[in-house]
Amino acid sequence: MSNLETLQNTAPKSKQPKAVALISGGLDSLLAAKVVQEQGVHVEGINFYTGFCVEGHTHAIRKKDKEKEKRNNALWVAEQLGIKLHIIDISEEYKDIVLNPKHGYGANLNPCLDCKIFMVNQAQAWAWAEENGFDFIITGEVIGQRPKSQRKETMPIIARESGADDRLLRPLCAKNLIPTLPEREGWVNREELYDFSGRSRKPQFELAKKFGFEDFAQPAGGCCFLTDANYSKKLADLWEARGERRYELDDIMLLKVGRHIRPKKNFKLIVSREEGENNFLRGYKRQFTSIHTVSHGGPLTLLDGEFDKDDIKLAARIAARYSGGKHADKVTVQVENYQGSSFVLDVEPMTADAVKQEWHV
Amino acid sequence: MSQHQLDCRNLLCPMPVIRTQNALKDIAEGETLEVVCTDPGTLNDIPTWCRINGHTVLSTEEQGHEIIFQIKK
Repeated sequence: MSNLETLQNTAPKSKQPKAVALISGGLDSLLAAKVVQEQGVHVEGINFYTGFCVEGHTHAIRKKDKEKEKRNNALWVAEQLGIKLHIIDISEEYKDIVLNPKHGYGANLNPCLDCKIFMVNQAQAWAWAEENGFDFIITGEVIGQRPKSQRKETMPIIARESGADDRLLRPLCAKNLIPTLPEREGWVNREELYDFSGRSRKPQFELAKKFGFEDFAQPAGGCCFLTDANYSKKLADLWEARGERRYELDDIMLLKVGRHIRPKKNFKLIVSREEGENNFLRGYKRQFTSIHTVSHGGPLTLLDGEFDKDDIKLAARIAARYSGGKHADKVTVQVENYQGSSFVLDVEPMTADAVKQEWHV
Repeated sequence: MSQHQLDCRNLLCPMPVIRTQNALKDIAEGETLEVVCTDPGTLNDIPTWCRINGHTVLSTEEQGHEIIFQIKK
């Protein structure tokens, strides 16, 4: 009798195996968890908040998106599956992944391979996961789905470097990989797992249909802002302006909101585009110098960087350009520093042409 | 029965959910938690999180830009 057969024969049949599923909110992780759940495994979900998650639906603050359903897809997936979901804030620890990815970036500032290793590792190392007797980890990875992190060569790297080793099961492509511990132990039946590969989502759509899922999320750029070229450009601009690669959570939140205009190297403006963004930026008035128009309706603008009086005047003229007084001879603005002291200034709004295209980050 | 409070104003999703989840860990079964949010997304997310994790939203009240949840653990 081979070792494999011995393991299969001696696996405890009475204990229900427990798995932790990494739930992103997308279709693949939904299906991966469902496939394993269907085999009688107790599944709970984990969703990691990196600060760059599209799931953070920042659009909820904008009027143009008011009619869109504001749902967090990870929560929606968990509800569809009827499983608990634990959302973990890893934004602080995640900085090292973004700033120093051992395996490099993807097309933009997306450190996908390091990210996956980190998340699987977090799931494995997460103290209560072991305390509560979780036996293995599930991800929705599919060979060839993503150019960097989901190649056949990188799959073992993720398993090895995360520390999960063969307790990492990818139910959607498991048949293309060597059997993992859950398969060898008989916790899941390998024959009921899948052999998906490549970029086509057709097999996933068919499986979704089989399970009766029709209303699943299909985010075009994945679930992370770092895969977005415009967002990555703004982050790179922030690092360049600061002369060092570092960020705080507030920095990366603000990159998702407003117009970012850098008229000079030493500072930039974050100009709200509407009332919802105004309300959001108002929460930062104790951290930034702000400008708001007094004589006309207009945006709240935050100034980020170091600036002198001439810079403030320039910023005020740009802010006035986006106010209701953009065609007026002068606009009165109030400039308030983060400690609350303020002064009033009359400025001539800048013309549309004068706000140079290259200033827009 | 104690009433606990949590300020999630100016936080965007999923931070209000994470803070609520963590605050509920620290209170006893049957106690209530009042959570104040400003992210409109919480109107959907906090009740969903409570449903899937077995907690009860006793009330949801909107006051201007603020949304106030009463949650029973």
